[in-house]
Amino acid sequence: MKGSGRAVCVPADVDTDLVIAGRYLRTKDRSLWAAHVFEDLDPTLAPRLKGAVVIAGKNFGCGSSREQAPIAIREAGAVAIIAPSFARIFFRNAINIGLPLIECELVCTEGSVVAFDLAEGWVETGGTRHKVRPLSPRMQEILAAGGLVEFWRNHQ
Amino acid sequence: MSTLSERILGAPAGEYVDRKVDRAYAHDGTGVLTLEAWKRMGSIRLADASSLYIQFDHIVPANNGTTATLQHELRDFARSSFMHFSDIGNGICHQLMSEGVVLPGEIVIGADSHSVTPGAFGAFATGVGATDMAAIWLTGETWLRVPESVGVHLSGKFTGAAEAKDLALAYVGRLGTDGATYQALEFVGDGVRNLTMDERLVLSNLSVEAGAKAGLFYADDVTVQFLRNYGHEVRPQEPEPCSYAQELDIDIGDIVPLVAVPHRVDTVKPVQELAGLPLDQVFIGTCTNGRYPDLARFARYVKGKKVAVRTIVIPASAEVLSETIRTGVLEDIVKSGCTIGTPGCGPCIGYHMGVLGEGEVCLSTANRNFKNRMGVGGEIYLSSVATAAASALEGEITEPEGF
Repeated sequence: MKGSGRAVCVPADVDTDLVIAGRYLRTKDRSLWAAHVFEDLDPTLAPRLKGAVVIAGKNFGCGSSREQAPIAIREAGAVAIIAPSFARIFFRNAINIGLPLIECELVCTEGSVVAFDLAEGWVETGGTRHKVRPLSPRMQEILAAGGLVEFWRNHQ
Repeated sequence: MSTLSERILGAPAGEYVDRKVDRAYAHDGTGVLTLEAWKRMGSIRLADASSLYIQFDHIVPANNGTTATLQHELRDFARSSFMHFSDIGNGICHQLMSEGVVLPGEIVIGADSHSVTPGAFGAFATGVGATDMAAIWLTGETWLRVPESVGVHLSGKFTGAAEAKDLALAYVGRLGTDGATYQALEFVGDGVRNLTMDERLVLSNLSVEAGAKAGLFYADDVTVQFLRNYGHEVRPQEPEPCSYAQELDIDIGDIVPLVAVPHRVDTVKPVQELAGLPLDQVFIGTCTNGRYPDLARFARYVKGKKVAVRTIVIPASAEVLSETIRTGVLEDIVKSGCTIGTPGCGPCIGYHMGVLGEGEVCLSTANRNFKNRMGVGGEIYLSSVATAAASALEGEITEPEGF
């Protein structure tokens, strides 16, 4: 999987309450989650996510298992998230809904162009190419299918 | 030689395995998305309904029409699919799984991050999201990476007013919110045998707040006796020498009452340092501290006195509520001026039944104090039951010693 986008920077230890607050969860309306994504962290972030690559500090997505968190980020238009580490449930959830996560430590420059190629295992920004930790073979299969729903739809 | 996680999952740390799930549970929050994902997988098949549970606990009873409609759909499905279904007021999913359901050696998956809780029984218990749960409904299995383990070596016993929650906050404070990410905590050492099942559940419950995938105790005589009361005969699990990725030594006798200050669980301070901080609300309950011994301990502090601040007490399950009625604990709590909520998660996740207003401060026995979690602009401090009780009586954060 390849992609690119403009960097949107977020800090370390962003929990899933900050990604999408509990008060917006009681609905199946995905556009509502997209509209309020990151609201309690920085209300100006949501409109900037279209086509963006989110570059986060360590431990992104800690806390609750709410799958609305990666869905909100994807629905708002982000193409991938890059962080030195992710909380494990968030990691599974994002891959399961088809949102690429990339484990890599980058210095984030807001608005800079970030490109990635997961098959080849690199991220490039500011003229420097960084190696990334590859996803497990199962996660690569799920992501290639477009998510876990699509994976199982193909495997029945 | 293996860690308990390696033994239960049947492979060494670092390996990826596909395993049958002995019990899988979801609640009214995650269940809605699980059902949607399962339908989108194009199947009307459940691998094994007898291993599946849906428990309504997050917004119980429903707070408005939107929630009620979502719950209506999930309730109808759960009933018609022959899953185990637990309706509003029966209790919090993790508590229900801990009332004689989860057994040592099982693989248990919950669609909630605090599904680490039943690890206290010597099970491998962990949390996933909705789509992973849907795949378990469909196949009866899931994939797991066998985690490395952190050996949490406990010695000694509690002194003074310190309790399991203080010990839990202490280890989260030492490890940090991501100190055990992708790893499992194993609570071992002589100190374990001094811990009741209820205390172990508190320690397992908080393990996800250090990023851990699971928090396990080896089943011992305490476990065997606890499960015998529910009609199960199980055997203890003998620890064997094994290698840990990290080790933590804690003398339980050194633990003092602690508070986690906003907005992180790992920013932990002695209660003494915060004494006098005015409170708007005290909340006793949740999957961390809503069990019978918690409510009984709370009642011992407040019996015959009056709380000085609004105080919400929510039993973790109907079984807990029923026990508090039988023993008179409930009457002591109500007479002290506290109010009682429907067994469930209460205001912990900020939906209803005790959310905070702008600028309000709450002392809670829950496990998360993230920004705005209980209401926009509200601040959450986390503590033990004893600290919450003493603080409720004074209306400000108060050391429980001497009460």
